[in-house]
Amino acid sequence: MGALEAAPAPRRRGAVRDVLRGAASPVLFLGPAVLLIAALFLAPAVVTVVISLTNLSVATGLTHYRWIGVANYGQIAHSPWLVLVLRNTVLYVAATLVLFNVGFALVLAILTAHLSERAAGVFRVLWMLPRITPSVILALMWRWFAAEPPYGTVSQVLGLVGIPGHNWMNAHPWAFVVALNGFVGASFGMIIFSSAIAGIPRDQYLAAQVDGASAWQQVWRITLPRLRWPILFVTAYQTLSLLTSFEYILLTTNGGPGFYTTEVWSLYAFHLALSNYFGNTQFGLGAALAAVLVVLGLGASLVYLRVFRFGELVAAPRIEVN
Amino acid sequence: MDVVLEHVGKQFGRVTAVEGVSLTVGEGELVALLGPSGCGKSTTLFLVAGLYRPTSGRILFGGRVVNDATPQERGVGMVFQSYALYPHLTVFENIAFPLRVRRSRGAQIAERVRRVADLVGIAELLPRRPAQLSGGQQQRVALCRALVKEPAVLLLDEPLSNLDARLREATRAEIRRLQRELGITTLFVSHDQAEALSIADRVGVMHGGRLIAVMTPADLYERPPSRFIAEFIGTPPMNFLEARVEDGRLAVAGVMPRPLAHPVPPGTYLLGVRPEHLELAADGDLRAEVFLVEQMGREWLVHAACGDASLRLLTGAGAAVAVGSRVSLRLLWRRAHLFDSQSGAAVPFGLADDPR
Repeated sequence: MGALEAAPAPRRRGAVRDVLRGAASPVLFLGPAVLLIAALFLAPAVVTVVISLTNLSVATGLTHYRWIGVANYGQIAHSPWLVLVLRNTVLYVAATLVLFNVGFALVLAILTAHLSERAAGVFRVLWMLPRITPSVILALMWRWFAAEPPYGTVSQVLGLVGIPGHNWMNAHPWAFVVALNGFVGASFGMIIFSSAIAGIPRDQYLAAQVDGASAWQQVWRITLPRLRWPILFVTAYQTLSLLTSFEYILLTTNGGPGFYTTEVWSLYAFHLALSNYFGNTQFGLGAALAAVLVVLGLGASLVYLRVFRFGELVAAPRIEVN
Repeated sequence: MDVVLEHVGKQFGRVTAVEGVSLTVGEGELVALLGPSGCGKSTTLFLVAGLYRPTSGRILFGGRVVNDATPQERGVGMVFQSYALYPHLTVFENIAFPLRVRRSRGAQIAERVRRVADLVGIAELLPRRPAQLSGGQQQRVALCRALVKEPAVLLLDEPLSNLDARLREATRAEIRRLQRELGITTLFVSHDQAEALSIADRVGVMHGGRLIAVMTPADLYERPPSRFIAEFIGTPPMNFLEARVEDGRLAVAGVMPRPLAHPVPPGTYLLGVRPEHLELAADGDLRAEVFLVEQMGREWLVHAACGDASLRLLTGAGAAVAVGSRVSLRLLWRRAHLFDSQSGAAVPFGLADDPR
């Protein structure tokens, strides 16, 4: 009897070790990634929200700020520029996304799919150039491109056919903001879509040809439905990246010309928080603006998942063998 | 509708895929194109489909030249080796696809899809997606899609090669039944001789981009016109023995020379004997040593060494052959084939003392 009672002890110790070992490997594997996410993503997000609850600014410094609750959010809600900046943001994101990052990227991917491997490669590399060009240089190039005579390329060319030159970026700021961001952004979707198209078996197009589908019907009925997942990914990813990227607008129109013509949310936040014209940068208000932007991005993502029926895309197949 | 190929060739750049193929597929006939991979059989099928344009020769459908006609204008239905079903569409929409792209009316589409699905026996699968089907079911959906537009010509590109052995036999019979029932002119491509021989009215053998023979399955097996075909058709494959013709006699290594009934030009030949045409016999023509016995159920495949040659023969199960034993083999001369050792062409022959 005594021997029987003594027996479980070492076994239990073994079990504890097993549990520990079982728990250790997930921690070891996930630990580094969790730490990185916590340090680089969660912590800044928390700090942003915390700062947004203060009146922290250059005037208060790090010692004299006060906790003001959600007053910053109230100020945003009652800002006379809220509607204008929101409208600009939606216009900027939607136009760039639809026309270039998804639309033009799709056109490029579908067209290059029909070129030889080599020609398609050259073409795609050309479209990658704006992405790997330093943004300051690219923005300067576009400013010179659009500049008034006798410097601007557009003005020079149009001058040859008698069209009077002026600063085209001031005349059509939105066209330039959207096109510049679109030229940079289109290559991302193009690469994603191209690889997705390359993954569609050639037999499916041959079968469609045998069944009498025209080139357009092949694109519409075979290529595009198979790109639903990549289009969702590019749309969601690029929405977030457009919402937060303002460097090309900063470097070209800087929110102008005139008053807030092309001022988008992230640029507005930057101007208030880090580059106030009057010298008093309002960190608290800027942080609140950033927090609102995160919520806007999350909301847009949720809408996309619903629109593209994400649940259906990841549903497991039901295979029945007979 | 009959399909005629006249000296059809296809080049891709400098590579000749198919050359001088002439073939007639009669109305309602099923012809199989058989050959090893890379022999040009699929290219030929794609030429008939209209997916490729021939670089030489003519293709006629019912007497009309269709060289430049699209698949749609030719009215062909095709089943691909991979089935090529559209994964994002339901079975119903997959089958309806050929009708949708030509903008048929909705009610008409539904009716025709249902009719063909009933014919092939997959009516209950219509709401599913391809990923929810087994290989055999996918194959039948692909067949429905090819049949729904009531094509004049049905083209099948290795339609059975992705199925397991049992299902392959069942589907083979099913395809044959449908083809007979619909009386549809059919061209079938396969690298599997059992499949081609069992399903086809006639079999075309392709080799190196050329069509080297078009014959009934029985003729192909019993009267192979060349050594390549003799070797390619039949499992286990035919045995080949070096032979000479001298002074009106046929001399095979290790066998007493036999007088020929009809003159055959003197020279070197290969004597082809199928494994079922070698028999164990007390006073046979050949002596050989057994080195391997494969028991295959109904019959045994015996491997025996005869001089430099390795022979295969089929015996009934339980035959008195042990590995290492010496056996005497009788050759069924009347069922043997003689091939020119240079050209490989079959040479008719008969023995004076054992006429055919």
